[in-house]
Amino acid sequence: MFEKTGIATRAMVVEKFPPMERINRGPVAVVECYQKIPCNPCQTACPFGAIRIGEDINEIPCRDENICTGCGVCVAKCPGLSIMIVDGSKSDTTVQFRIPYEFLPLPEAGEEVVGLDRAGQPICSARVIKVMAPPSFDRTPVVTLEVGREYLYDFRNFRRKA
Amino acid sequence: MREVELLVIGSGPAGLCAAISAATSGAKVLVLERSFKPGGQLIKQTHMFFGSESQYASHRGVDIADILLEKVDEFGDRIELMLNATAVGFYEDNVVTVLKDEKEYFKIKARSVVCATGAYEKSLAFPNNDLPGIYGAGAVQTLMNVYGVRPGNRVLMVGAGNIGVIVSYQLMQAGIEVVAVLDAAPRIGAYLVHASKLARMGVPILTSHTVKEAIGADCLEAAVVCEVDERFRPIPGTEKRYDVDVMCISVGLSPLNELLAMRGAVMKYVPQLSGSVPLRTNSLETSIPGVFVAGDASGIEEASSAMAEGYLAGLCAAASLGHVPPDLNDRKLEYMSQLDGLRSGPVGERIRAGMRNSKL
Repeated sequence: MFEKTGIATRAMVVEKFPPMERINRGPVAVVECYQKIPCNPCQTACPFGAIRIGEDINEIPCRDENICTGCGVCVAKCPGLSIMIVDGSKSDTTVQFRIPYEFLPLPEAGEEVVGLDRAGQPICSARVIKVMAPPSFDRTPVVTLEVGREYLYDFRNFRRKA
Repeated sequence: MREVELLVIGSGPAGLCAAISAATSGAKVLVLERSFKPGGQLIKQTHMFFGSESQYASHRGVDIADILLEKVDEFGDRIELMLNATAVGFYEDNVVTVLKDEKEYFKIKARSVVCATGAYEKSLAFPNNDLPGIYGAGAVQTLMNVYGVRPGNRVLMVGAGNIGVIVSYQLMQAGIEVVAVLDAAPRIGAYLVHASKLARMGVPILTSHTVKEAIGADCLEAAVVCEVDERFRPIPGTEKRYDVDVMCISVGLSPLNELLAMRGAVMKYVPQLSGSVPLRTNSLETSIPGVFVAGDASGIEEASSAMAEGYLAGLCAAASLGHVPPDLNDRKLEYMSQLDGLRSGPVGERIRAGMRNSKL
C-alpha cells in the first residue's frame, strides 16, 4: 500500500518509534526512512554518532535511542524531510513534536493549528510552541508543536487555520 | 577557426564537474552553455539533494550550482564559460559548430570533448495534449523557480517519479493547489520520502491511472483521467474529471545526445538508461578516442551521479591530452567507487543493468 500511496501503515510507523519509556524520558529522533536509497546526510549530521547507515549509503538508517539526545540537528538535514523529534517528558497528556516545515508564512509561537496525519487529513488541534529557522537549518524551518498523546503515532503535519 | 584543448558541451552538474576536474589536472577548458545562466537544471532545484557528502548531499541544487561555479571561477585562467552558446553540430575532425546569441555562427576545433548535454522531457499522447496550460513538469519548475512566474492556479501532475512529486511539492510551496498526482505504473516511481511529503499535505497519489483527455476551448479547463489495468489499458467506467488550468507532464527524461550520434559515436538503445546512449569505457570514453560523455546524456540518473561522472570524465579527458596527475588511478578509483555506491542499492538496479548494456 505504501508504495502506491506514499502513506506508511501504522505498523510501519510504530516500528520506527522508540519504546514509550524512552519517549517519556526526553526528546528523541524518529527516522521515518523506509526505502533503501543512496543517501546518508543524517549519519553525517549527527554529532553523537546515534544514526548509523554504514559503508553502503543505500542502507536504511538505524537510530540508537540510547545515544540520541533529540538535539534535532538531523531534522533539517534530511533531504526527504523524514525525521522528526518526539518528546513525551513535558506532560502526561500531551507530547511535543519537532517537524520540518518548508512553507510560508511560518506559524507563530502560541498559534493553534490543525494537526494532520500522514494522509494530510485533519485529526486534531495542535499548538505551536516554537519556530526555529537559524541559518544552519538552511531554509528548512523546524516547528515544535504540542499534541494530545493519543495522536503520537498519527500526527505528522499541520496546516495553519484559514 | 578557434582551437581549444578540451571542449565541454553543457554546464550542468556533469559539465561543470568535468571542467573543474580537467582544469585541476592542468587542462585548458572551454565550456559551452546554451542558456543565459550556467548550472543546467541545478538552477531550478530548490530542494535538498540525496547522496553523500562527496556529491553535496543535503545541499539544495541551486546552491550546488553556486558552489561549482565558485570552483570554476577559481580556475579563471583555465576555464572559460561561454553562455548563450548552443553546440549545433559535431563533425569528424572534432569541429563543433556553435550558434551564439542566436546570431553568430562559428566553428571550434577541440582536441578532446566531454559531451554533457543532459536530457529532454518525454511527452504523452492524449486528445488535446497541445492545449495551452499543458506543460512539461521541468518547464513549470523553470517558470516558478528561475523566472518567478506562477504557471496557473490548479494543477494535475501526470507522473509520480521524482520530478513529478518534487515539482508538485514546489508548486504547493509557491501557493498553487495540486489536485492529484497520477501515474500509470502500479507503484510510485519517486523516492518514497518525497511521495510521503506530498501525501501528508493531503495530495492524493493515484497509481494505475492515466490521462484520458484534456478539455478546453482555448486553453486547458479540465482533465479526464481513468484507471488502467496491469497491462496499462484504460478501464471503462473509471473516468474522473478534474477542473484544472495546468497539467504537468512528468513521464520521464531521455538522454539528449544527437551531437554524439552525429559525430559517429557508436550508439545503442538501452531501455534502462531511458533512451539511445553512446557505448563507453569505464573512463566514460565513447567509441571515438578523445570524446567522452557524462551525466544524463550517458543515461538518465540523479544529479549526484552526474557530478561523479563529470569528475571522472574530466579527469580522463585531461589525461588523454597528457595532463596526467600523479594520483590519476586513485582519483579514477575514487569516482568509480562513488558511482558504484550511488548505484548499489535496489533503486540502482535498473541503472546497473543499463551500465552492463552500454559497455564498450
